[in-house]
Amino acid sequence: MKRHQNLLMMIAVVVLVAVPLWMVHKPAPGPDGKDVEIFRGADDQAKDVISQLAPGYHPWFKPLMEPPSGEIGSLLFALQAALGAGFIGYYLGMSVTRARMRREFDKEAQC
Amino acid sequence: MHIMEGFLPVKHAIGWSIASAPFVAFGLRSINKRIKEKPEQRMLLGVAAAFTFVLSALKMPSVTGSCSHPTGTGLGAILFGPAAMAPIGAVVLLFQAILLAHGGITTLGANIFSMAVVGPFAAAAIYRFAKTARLPFGLSVFLAASLGDLLTYVTTSLQLALAFPDPVGGIAASFVKFATVFALTQIPLAISEGFLTVIVFNALVRFNPQELKEMNVVTAQEVQA
Repeated sequence: MKRHQNLLMMIAVVVLVAVPLWMVHKPAPGPDGKDVEIFRGADDQAKDVISQLAPGYHPWFKPLMEPPSGEIGSLLFALQAALGAGFIGYYLGMSVTRARMRREFDKEAQC
Repeated sequence: MHIMEGFLPVKHAIGWSIASAPFVAFGLRSINKRIKEKPEQRMLLGVAAAFTFVLSALKMPSVTGSCSHPTGTGLGAILFGPAAMAPIGAVVLLFQAILLAHGGITTLGANIFSMAVVGPFAAAAIYRFAKTARLPFGLSVFLAASLGDLLTYVTTSLQLALAFPDPVGGIAASFVKFATVFALTQIPLAISEGFLTVIVFNALVRFNPQELKEMNVVTAQEVQA
């Protein structure tokens, strides 16, 4: 049952990610002929809202370092995810083995 | 939920930094104390940090046609209490601010407050409330993680609304605008975060029941179930 539940939740996550890709369509270019971007970062969109609300506002500090290109940016994001996932995988793998060894040890002790 | 570098007026930037600092300091103390008392929990603390690393790196598309990312702070908040997540969230945000130009040093305080203070505190409170209401374990974890995630983004919207009130409608109108960008986009992502947190918790309960019982996260019956 538990395993079933986990599988269903994983499928749900995949569906939640896939549905927007299929649901959201690229609108036609506006009257200015500019291509409309979709699936931009929400952080970037917040910037647009700020410039609407306070047209005179200029950021008073610049990032110290910016990834030289989008590729380098995704490299670092991938690295961040890989490090985290690697650690979780190591810990769960260790836990599984430890739980199994404990069970076997208990069985032997009973004999 | 990252407020970009330089995009908070100086006063707000300083104010949020002052608001976050005690949480980070208190969180560091609580982590140190716990590791000294129970060094065997160090690995599990690493898992909580790793989970935040993974989830906050995943930018996922949403039905609003924009992308955002989950926070991953609910897991650690349930395991170690909300205070422990403040320094962990701060490390993640600092990494992204310095190396990725994602978020920023001047907005670090505000971002820590939404992701590493409000989110975890909300998650831990919801988890405790759900347990008192005797909701099933999985549902409690799901509600805590997903609502904690959503409240992080509501906080970001509020922070920006306070800094940039609408010239006509004031803070409330501005909040609606920012919440449309952040909180609305976040709903499907928050649900995803809830599911992912339950999946990891199911694994922990199955393979590490002893630790979780010691940490008072689950009861003996839940381990058996």
